Amino acid sequence: MQPYDLPDQSGHFGPYGGVFVAETLIEALEELSRTYAQYQHDPAFKAEFADELTHYVGRPSPVYHAKRWSEHFGGAQIYLKREDLNHTGAHKINNVIGQAMLAKRMGKRRVIAETGAGQHGVATATIAARYGMECVIYMGSEDVKRQAQNVYRMKLLGATVVAVESGSKTLKDALNEAMRDWVTNVENTYYIIGTVAGPHPYPMLVRDFQSIIGIEAREQMPLMIGRQPDAVVACVGGGSNAMGIFYPYINDKAVRLIGVEAAGLGLESGKHSATLSTGRAGVLHGNRTYLLQDENGQIIETHSISAGMDYPGVGPEHAWLKDCGRAEYVSVTDDEALQSFHDLCRMEGIIPALESSHALAYVAKLAPTMKKEQVLLVNLSGRGDKDMHTVSEKSGLKF
Amino acid sequence: MSRINATFQALQQRQQKALIPFITAGDPSLSLTLTLMHALVAGGADVIELGVPFSDPMADGPVIQRASERALAQGVTLREVMGVVSQFRQTNQSTPVVLMGYANPIEAMGVEAFARAAQTAGVDGVLVVDYPPEEAKGLVMLLDKVQIDTIFLLSPTTRESRLREVGQLGRGYLYYVSLNGVTGAANMDLEAVASRVKQIKQFTHLPVGVGFGIRDAASAKRVSAVADAVVIGSRLVQEIQEAGPQAPQRLESLLREIRQAMDENVNKAAS
Repeated sequence: MQPYDLPDQSGHFGPYGGVFVAETLIEALEELSRTYAQYQHDPAFKAEFADELTHYVGRPSPVYHAKRWSEHFGGAQIYLKREDLNHTGAHKINNVIGQAMLAKRMGKRRVIAETGAGQHGVATATIAARYGMECVIYMGSEDVKRQAQNVYRMKLLGATVVAVESGSKTLKDALNEAMRDWVTNVENTYYIIGTVAGPHPYPMLVRDFQSIIGIEAREQMPLMIGRQPDAVVACVGGGSNAMGIFYPYINDKAVRLIGVEAAGLGLESGKHSATLSTGRAGVLHGNRTYLLQDENGQIIETHSISAGMDYPGVGPEHAWLKDCGRAEYVSVTDDEALQSFHDLCRMEGIIPALESSHALAYVAKLAPTMKKEQVLLVNLSGRGDKDMHTVSEKSGLKF
Repeated sequence: MSRINATFQALQQRQQKALIPFITAGDPSLSLTLTLMHALVAGGADVIELGVPFSDPMADGPVIQRASERALAQGVTLREVMGVVSQFRQTNQSTPVVLMGYANPIEAMGVEAFARAAQTAGVDGVLVVDYPPEEAKGLVMLLDKVQIDTIFLLSPTTRESRLREVGQLGRGYLYYVSLNGVTGAANMDLEAVASRVKQIKQFTHLPVGVGFGIRDAASAKRVSAVADAVVIGSRLVQEIQEAGPQAPQRLESLLREIRQAMDENVNKAAS
């Protein structure tokens, strides 16, 4: 069996990925590919990245045995990879630091980003402040309303937040608008994409910067349980936290990889974001991947209780891992995610992000069917402070 | 010979430059689109670029985005856009029509089915904005088989090695995007455009059209002095929105004005 070495030279994962952009962006993407190739294995670059992760982000993030929650199910032992403890509260910062370091080396003084829930926007604003760069964040106007606190955080950090009014006014439209900014200001601007989607080389480099999650887990698990887990579980919106923890496990076929999508109000309701579970292949945002689209190829509006899962596409590498059978993709509803959110709060004293709660909710189904000696590792990709408003509203509370 | 090649050949013999208007199909309605196409021809259009609406028009500025949204709000589909082309062909067999849009609606139909349907409808060229040459070889092969030209974009940042590649893969004409930005952006540097078009022509025998940043007769005239074709889009789409039912007349007279300004270059050269 050959070791996994995707994407290929032109950025393809099997039939997925690639570069589907207007000619005006090609040179910028090639410049980025050249820069990444130059620094990817550069010892000084790697040392600086490691140093930032240690001293600014607070890595390595611990792996925690959720004993009470595991006992509650009476099945598999559940371990949590605590990305929620990172600076800025989620895994997003790992990737942003890597890309901002590339931006610095490319001489770009201005960074832009799209954001849904606001976590990637906050992470980008944070690093822009730290590196003294101008920062503009594009956010769908619907999300601006849903995530007022994160909007304020970005502003505190010195970023300009642009509310996007086009299309469905959510993450996908923010991405369109960021691309339009980039193509207009390509000379001085670096576009920090927040997930493993977009045109090549983004899916590859975001995955590489996020793979620190899985690299650490592979070292931590043997120290804790003497072996690797039976399965690794992560939520999949665009799919960056999942790729980050999956990637170092891809060649280790004994470890099941399970991605959990947002079934929203239920797959049959049509109001969901379960792209891999129900979508068809197509082209959006610079890559070929699974998409939620109508029969005419128009992208349809998605729904999830969690803004970070609310995206009609998915990283092309996930599309390939699904087709080749290396990873499994399942979905859980808003209500199931919410239940696990509350359970983790009450039983472990950890408030998880609603995104991560999707991974937890699937574990809540899977763990009881497994033996006590078996081990599930969940990527707890972020903390739930940002979701107080959504959760309290669901519970009928108002601040 | 393809209708596009024949058109450019005839223009060259008359020493004229091509005027290529762009409108979004289905904005504000499919029936008005048909009327508008005839009005554009009456005003002096040589080729018509017909935008196929898409939910996520990443390379378009606000004017064409909103046109796309208006068309989609009425449920306009790629199949219906081709239906308008075949209606247009019932009375016009000479003006080439180029479909311009994004990959996903075409892939959703299936590229082979699309090629056949486009041929049947009388489409002459296809420009898929998010298919750069690297991802378009299959499409070019299929469209070659049905005698439809695949049109490609070139940009100010396109490198020489790519100019050669696009020059070989492109059919009909090449569309030089005169500035880094989205459709509807302002300001272009005419001297830079002129020297760039000259450079592109070293790598291709295809006519080179220039678009982005052309808003009126004066700018069209300037650009037509240095390029083979002038593409004008956002301004027309804006006029359609503002003029309502008067749009066909407004577009026809605007195009006539532009046509005259472009032809002044020719007359000057001849006298």
